[in-house]
Amino acid sequence: MTETPETPARSWLTRLAIYGPLLLFAVFVVFVGSQLGRETRVTVTSKLIGQPMPAVNLPGLGGAPGLTSADFKTGKPVLVNVFASWCIPCRVEAPQLARLTAMGVTVNGIAVRDAPDDVAAFLKTNGNPFTRVGLDKTGQTQITLGSSGVPETFVIDGRGIIRYQHIGEIRPEHIALLMAKLTEAGR
Amino acid sequence: MRALFLALLLLFAAPLAADPTMPPAALADTPLPDAAQEAKAQALMHELRCLVCQNQSIADSHADMAGDMRALVRSKIAAGESPDEVRAWLIKRYGDWVSFNPPTHGAALGLWLAPLLFLGVGLLLALRLFRRRGSETKA
Repeated sequence: MTETPETPARSWLTRLAIYGPLLLFAVFVVFVGSQLGRETRVTVTSKLIGQPMPAVNLPGLGGAPGLTSADFKTGKPVLVNVFASWCIPCRVEAPQLARLTAMGVTVNGIAVRDAPDDVAAFLKTNGNPFTRVGLDKTGQTQITLGSSGVPETFVIDGRGIIRYQHIGEIRPEHIALLMAKLTEAGR
Repeated sequence: MRALFLALLLLFAAPLAADPTMPPAALADTPLPDAAQEAKAQALMHELRCLVCQNQSIADSHADMAGDMRALVRSKIAAGESPDEVRAWLIKRYGDWVSFNPPTHGAALGLWLAPLLFLGVGLLLALRLFRRRGSETKA
């Protein structure tokens, strides 16, 4: 081995080769570190907004007619409320659904993973705002809609196109927005 | 004292039932009779994200909705759909987010190409190093 001659001033390229990766690593650490405390829970929205309502054919409660695709081609915008008797926020939004029906809105319900008796008891206790209730016993219709929880409310226009999705319970402050979306869908 | 009392009360409070009372769909936890189909369904379940227990796959999750999604995957595979078709069906409803496998388009393409890029850079560096060594020994 021969001694390499001393180079007092390293070229900028060598310096970049030595410190560049270190600097990149430091940037990486700072970036990852800054993201550690971030809330990562994402609200999963349905990607079917603007798309036709998927085929629905659900049995009804105790002999009452269920919910089918025909209920979404009436020429009039409607709401579809995905709910369940075991869902606590669904009890919270019950008065708001009642308010909407009082304003002349048609609300159809899809009861997810629910026993008919429990649904009937729920509607007796909290009031029944629904024109039609469909029983989605195994949650398959909920998945078809791109819905990921209860309660969720969809605005469907008169031609059966999904126009809007409201995630979570309807609170008094949401009524105006839903009415606006319904009017928009009715145009 | 009051705080302790309240804490005790909390301890004995009955939680409100917020779980479905219905039994899960039959196919949520029952394997398909055809072993090859079941294997396909299982592999897909490990790549689908549970929507309510985020960052768990539907195969690993005990959430009711994950059970429903497993039932959906099994019934579609049993009906002869390919795993890619089932995945596409779910992506159409929930977006790319539902699949743990990043899409091969848009920004996520970088995830697939980056390893190739790094491998290429590494090879180039190694090649240059070997050439230099070679010329040094010759000299």
